[in-house]
Amino acid sequence: MKLTLAQKILWVAAALALVAFAALVWTGGLRTSSSEESAQQAFRPEFRLEDAAGRPVTSEDFRGRYRLVFFGFTNCPDVCPTTLSEVAQVMDGLGSQADRVQPLFLSVDPERDAGAELAEFTSAFHPSILGLAGSPEATQAAAESFKIFFAREDDATAPDGYSMAHASALYLIGPDGDWLRQYEYGMPATDILADLQNRLEGSLP
Amino acid sequence: MKLPVAAVLAFALSAGLVHAEPVRQGDLEIDAAWARASIGTSRPGAAYFTVRNLGDEADRLTGLSSPVSAMPMLHETTVSEGVSRMAHVEAAEIPAGGELTLESGGMHVMLMELTTPLKEGATFPLTLTFESGGEITVEVPVFGPGATGPAE
Ligand SMILES: [Cu+2]
Repeated sequence: MKLTLAQKILWVAAALALVAFAALVWTGGLRTSSSEESAQQAFRPEFRLEDAAGRPVTSEDFRGRYRLVFFGFTNCPDVCPTTLSEVAQVMDGLGSQADRVQPLFLSVDPERDAGAELAEFTSAFHPSILGLAGSPEATQAAAESFKIFFAREDDATAPDGYSMAHASALYLIGPDGDWLRQYEYGMPATDILADLQNRLEGSLP
Repeated sequence: MKLPVAAVLAFALSAGLVHAEPVRQGDLEIDAAWARASIGTSRPGAAYFTVRNLGDEADRLTGLSSPVSAMPMLHETTVSEGVSRMAHVEAAEIPAGGELTLESGGMHVMLMELTTPLKEGATFPLTLTFESGGEITVEVPVFGPGATGPAE
């Protein structure tokens, strides 16, 4: 069979389209399975830090409850208040079920965030938010356990000459300690609340 | 009957109902100024506003000053690959006929070395310096620590 040039071009185009379609299905499939929380490798983030009174607090202390975790620092007047006020809205929205969720603020800047000022910071947003800080090693260990990034960045135009870059999503840990999902920075509080309510009603893990 | 203006104003401020009136000077108009209450004075505060340029030429915001902060600076928060960081911005342009918006999670005035806590319901003066437009002072209302915009 002899093909004209136009026919060849058409065949090539069809082959390319098939490849593109297959790639789309494949990557689309990948995306679906990676966002499917159950398909993710289950892991249990852990931490060993201290509350504002200096008492040790570990992830185990909240067994049986969902944990809504945010990493931040109190010298952060822009992003951190935005997220913590969302957490406050979520906690208010949960109403009578609020005691089944423990919001936790883990400091990535323990040098400046220890003691009463940490509690003063978190309680300015919602009384239920528990602020925790620890040694640099304990902080690093907690971040690694949650698989999140943070780094101290020297900056002459920041208080004390440095600022903290940090992962700014909210992380949800289930009652048995398993990582369930993250809520991206900027996700509306109403969406986070709806997701949590689904879980509390048992229609999601 | 004379209204107890001060009392009404104090109530309105405490309820966060007062919006700063837009301040117009030359071709520039400053609107929707607000600040977030601070945690004492050892933690920085943040303030926001919108600048409208009603003229035919671009202008630049180059400086800030306020009696409440010994070190006010223009900062920008960026979130990339889920990681947020703040960086200093030397100057910000307001295009001709356009506007510059400072907002939660974006560009903000970082009020460092506070001389007084920013208390919800209070106001403070903030002076903006523009390359061509000169100095403009606005009175900034302080909203709650969890406020995220001028409408709260
Ligand atoms: Cu800043």
